[in-house]
Amino acid sequence: MSDVVEKTLTALPGLFDSQTGAAKITNRLRQLIKSITELTSKHEEENLIKQELSAMKEQVSSPNTTMKQMREIMVRAMYCEMLGYDASFTYIHAIKLAQQGGLLEKRVGYLAVSLFLNEGHELLLLLVNTVLKDLQSTNLIEACMALTVVAQVFPKDMIPAVLPLVEDKLSHPKEIIRRKAVLALYKFYLIAPNQVQHIHAKFRKALCDKDPGVMTSSLHIYLQLIRESPDSYKDMTGSFVTILKQVVGGKLPLDFNYHSVPAPWLQIQLLRILSLLGKEDQSTSELMYEVLDESLRRAEMNHNITYAILYECVKAVYTIHPKAELLEKAARCIGNFVLSPKINLKYLGLKALTYVVQHDAKLALQHQMTIIECLDHSDFTIKRETLELLFRITNAQNVTVIVEKMLDFLRICNDEHTIIHLVGKVAELAEKFAPDNSWFIQTMNDVFSIGGDLLQQDVPNNFLRLLAEGSESKEEDDQLRLYAVDSYLTVLKGHTSHLPQCFLQVMSWVLGEYAHLQESVDQREVIRLLTQLLDQRSVSSETRVWILSALTKISEGQTDLILDLAESLSSSQDTVLRQQAQELRHLSQDSQLHEWALPRGAPWDGIEVDSSLSFLDGFVSEALAAGAAPYKPPHQRQEELCEDRALNLEPYGFSLPVSLSSCSITDRQSPTLLSVSSGLSGNSTELSQKAGSSTLILEGVKRVWGKDGYLPQKEATAPPVDEPSAAVQPPSQQEAAERIEPRPDPSTQNQDKQQLASSLFVGLGVGSSMSLLGKSEAPPLRFRKKPRPHESSSSSSGTSERSSDSSSRSSRNTTDSFLYSSLLEEEPAASISAFDHTPKSTTANGLAQNKDTKEDRRANTSQILGGDMVIVRPSTIQDKHPPSVSSDLTALLPADLKDLPHSDVISLTSDPSLSLSSCRLFRDEALLLVIFISNCTETVIKDVAVQLTCEELKTVSLRGSVGSVHSLSLGHCPQQTSSVRPLVVTTEEYGKLWLSLSHDVKQNLKLLTDAGDPLRTTLNALKDALQLHVVDIIGSEGIVACRLLSGAPCLLHCRVNGTALAMWLRSPHPALPDCILYHCQRALAHH
Amino acid sequence: MIKFLLMVNKQGQTRLSKYYEQVELGKRAALEADVVRGCLARRKEECSFVEYKDYKLVYRQYAALFIVVGITENENELSIYELVHNFVEVLDKYFSRVIMFNLDKVHIILDEMILNGHIVETNKNRILAPLLALDKMAES
Repeated sequence: MSDVVEKTLTALPGLFDSQTGAAKITNRLRQLIKSITELTSKHEEENLIKQELSAMKEQVSSPNTTMKQMREIMVRAMYCEMLGYDASFTYIHAIKLAQQGGLLEKRVGYLAVSLFLNEGHELLLLLVNTVLKDLQSTNLIEACMALTVVAQVFPKDMIPAVLPLVEDKLSHPKEIIRRKAVLALYKFYLIAPNQVQHIHAKFRKALCDKDPGVMTSSLHIYLQLIRESPDSYKDMTGSFVTILKQVVGGKLPLDFNYHSVPAPWLQIQLLRILSLLGKEDQSTSELMYEVLDESLRRAEMNHNITYAILYECVKAVYTIHPKAELLEKAARCIGNFVLSPKINLKYLGLKALTYVVQHDAKLALQHQMTIIECLDHSDFTIKRETLELLFRITNAQNVTVIVEKMLDFLRICNDEHTIIHLVGKVAELAEKFAPDNSWFIQTMNDVFSIGGDLLQQDVPNNFLRLLAEGSESKEEDDQLRLYAVDSYLTVLKGHTSHLPQCFLQVMSWVLGEYAHLQESVDQREVIRLLTQLLDQRSVSSETRVWILSALTKISEGQTDLILDLAESLSSSQDTVLRQQAQELRHLSQDSQLHEWALPRGAPWDGIEVDSSLSFLDGFVSEALAAGAAPYKPPHQRQEELCEDRALNLEPYGFSLPVSLSSCSITDRQSPTLLSVSSGLSGNSTELSQKAGSSTLILEGVKRVWGKDGYLPQKEATAPPVDEPSAAVQPPSQQEAAERIEPRPDPSTQNQDKQQLASSLFVGLGVGSSMSLLGKSEAPPLRFRKKPRPHESSSSSSGTSERSSDSSSRSSRNTTDSFLYSSLLEEEPAASISAFDHTPKSTTANGLAQNKDTKEDRRANTSQILGGDMVIVRPSTIQDKHPPSVSSDLTALLPADLKDLPHSDVISLTSDPSLSLSSCRLFRDEALLLVIFISNCTETVIKDVAVQLTCEELKTVSLRGSVGSVHSLSLGHCPQQTSSVRPLVVTTEEYGKLWLSLSHDVKQNLKLLTDAGDPLRTTLNALKDALQLHVVDIIGSEGIVACRLLSGAPCLLHCRVNGTALAMWLRSPHPALPDCILYHCQRALAHH
Repeated sequence: MIKFLLMVNKQGQTRLSKYYEQVELGKRAALEADVVRGCLARRKEECSFVEYKDYKLVYRQYAALFIVVGITENENELSIYELVHNFVEVLDKYFSRVIMFNLDKVHIILDEMILNGHIVETNKNRILAPLLALDKMAES
């Protein structure tokens, strides 16, 4: 028989098919498996699968692919995913196949869904309607499939939609349907117990079903229920006993037998249930003695499966209230297991024994010789199980032998998991049963050196605690400590490079605390040994800290050694070490302070810990008085965040596609269509009708979209927020907001906070976003266009100033709305001030400001500002900002501009006497270009004229005349991205706006995968680079919004697609999406 | 409880894998390689159960093919060992008549036997009933 399996599974290529059509279909899979089998390297496999996947990608998107072919593709995709390659592009097609395919295709579609998608995957929502349809189908096979998939993967939130249908199936005439319905309900019970509370009566009915299969299925639920609360189901013991009796008595149909044993797995299940019910309950136990006895007697046949039942039976006998006669029989059974020549039975015998000795340790005695044999068994698994058994029977008498055996095993074991597990047990035994101090310390030394850094942290912690807290008698404690000190000094004198960090830490701590107890050892020797450790490269910095702490404790009176050490560490790279070295130096020189900070031998309970942190009260109240927000515990912050999330998910993730499909079904490029509703493609109207007509079925599903779009549920959805504190924006609140969702850019902080505070209300953002959204006819902007003087002059005040001999430029007081366009389209003129510092200061600070910030920077005559500040150019602006010698030029920004977000200061150009830098300021409605002119010399520059010329803003040349004429030309183009502003909208508004726009631009971008959540990382990087507003991130999709100054909005919809980020952009402005896309690409490339 | 079921050939190539507990796609290959190594390293006379991390592995070899089941500590190893054999007998019963291999069909059979890590059906006729019905529909 095994031949057949081998034939069917490995030699598939050689197999043939009787149906030629099917043969064609399976051909590609066969070929794939064949070529994979022949491959010799992982690399080849990768290449092959990659080819396969791209071929499949092509096939699935082709409109000519039939459902039959699709089924074949699904199987290949399963194969690829099974080998660990991502085939996520097929997921949506799996759902489609389940929805549209014929029976076999449908089954494969469902199968693929259950293999590909795990619970909680958002695509599963698209399966709900298909499942609903199939559940109602009169075709048994379809109903069967639907029930199977419901029991495998089904979105928790959608259970109410199918629950009534599944419940109905409990009384279906066909047993297979009833059986599967019970299993589906079991699944519901596991993931959402509250949903099925009302059908417990029906579970009972299922248990009494005339079909044994349905009854068997219901046992899963009962095992679970009884495990949770055995007392509530005691009354059912009789039923379970009766069932078991019937099964054991061979009352089931013959096809339930397995190798002539009646329904063995069912017996096992029943035995488990009975042992839970009979545990510590005599009267219930008495009900089952008879059937247990019968089971033990019946299971005499020499077959593995009867032993499996026996094992379960023995466990049950030892779990329930004991009955001597049964115990005796069970013990005899165990003997048969343990003594069996069959290794699998021996193993199970040991396992049974391990369980049983907890109740009756004497049983082990009967089998001691066998146990000892097993201890030296060549089979690792047997040995391991024997040690487990020994651990259970350890007492004060046998502890040394057993621990020795365990340590022997550990020394040759190289499985991490086993080591961690077993070493913890050794430590536990050593603490519990140690016969004397030296043995204890020696054993713990072994534990630390074998377990090493794999050890659970509580092992060393418990050990140190034991040493520190001690017992009743101080004398005994000191003896133990003394022994530890001696032992560690010996260890440290030997080779230490191989010792685990954890052991070194324990030793340092003990030596630091107790080395002084050992009077025969020179403290200088201890210091020397510890210092030696510090020099070792293998010692981690954490351990160094432990060692230094120890040194600090024993440093008293050894100032010379310590000072050397402190000196050498004071230049360490590690700041913690450096700080400790400082402390060490101080403490070693001030013995009084040392005594006070580190009192030797002080009782442990003398240390008071103020866990309420009341000493900080003053600080806190001060901060509160200064406007700080009160502390919110993490769970509260988390809750608020969750509420936000939950809110955002609904309107966008679920309802948007439904309405989309009805209004822009023609738009093939729409991301929402592709990503969310392509499974519904084509018949969206039918779908929505269905949704309307079958409201009963959708009971429990929130209706978030109506005819006119989104049905706001603000009262229900908006979390109550601390409005006043949000308005005041105290720094700590801002901080809290940042902690939840870190956003480095100060300009977006406000918006983020608002978003955080109430995700559905339009924030306090600049202008009303709603009105902005309506303004789809935002003025088109053309980049790099010739000036349009009349337009700009109409909007400017028209005042122009003449500067002296150098060519003058007009400076216009442009109104806000045209600031950007004028900057781009006109020749900018600058009013310039050059400030001269006293010869002392090396950098003279000047401020030239582009015309955007005209306001009051009108012509002024030469003035003296402050003591040493002269404005040289009579017709330039006056800077109200007090001069500062700070090298940070941004500090020189006028007060009203200071709070605006700005770019870094970029040095444009310089010559020996002057240097130019610029900085961009982002105002909501304009981009301000600030030019700093600094005097690099120590002499006073008297006459500076600045001329700004601009050729389509590609280059700006500037000429300053300082005595002689300099020409500094610079090529600097204010980037288009500078005019992008975040657009604060809610998900709901975003949805509306998205629908109002039709033109899509789509592009795949690089996904930043280096840290954490790739989507979030990437979007944050884009946000930082481009000043975008991340509206929402749902699963693998994110929506982002921005606008051009106060003008046209641009919406970005991103979706993670394997390693790429698919991005769709919509904007009323035809050129804007391309421009944004270009800069997104650049930003990601530079990241 | 059953955590996963694997069918692997001697070269370590996975023929079928089914996880009843979510394991990331990227981590599966490593887990499978570990599991296969653990089982291949064992000799015939050693017992069919191995400890692996938090699981116990129950494996059974059929010619060049290994079937490995990962289970929790509280599961009955021997009953799983026999479950594997039952599964193989079912495969044998089905495929010896149709003589065709399909990854999907093996999965369909498995879905009838094990659901969410629990053994839900062991009666061979009942396990095969849905699949046979599907075949019948496909023929007609």
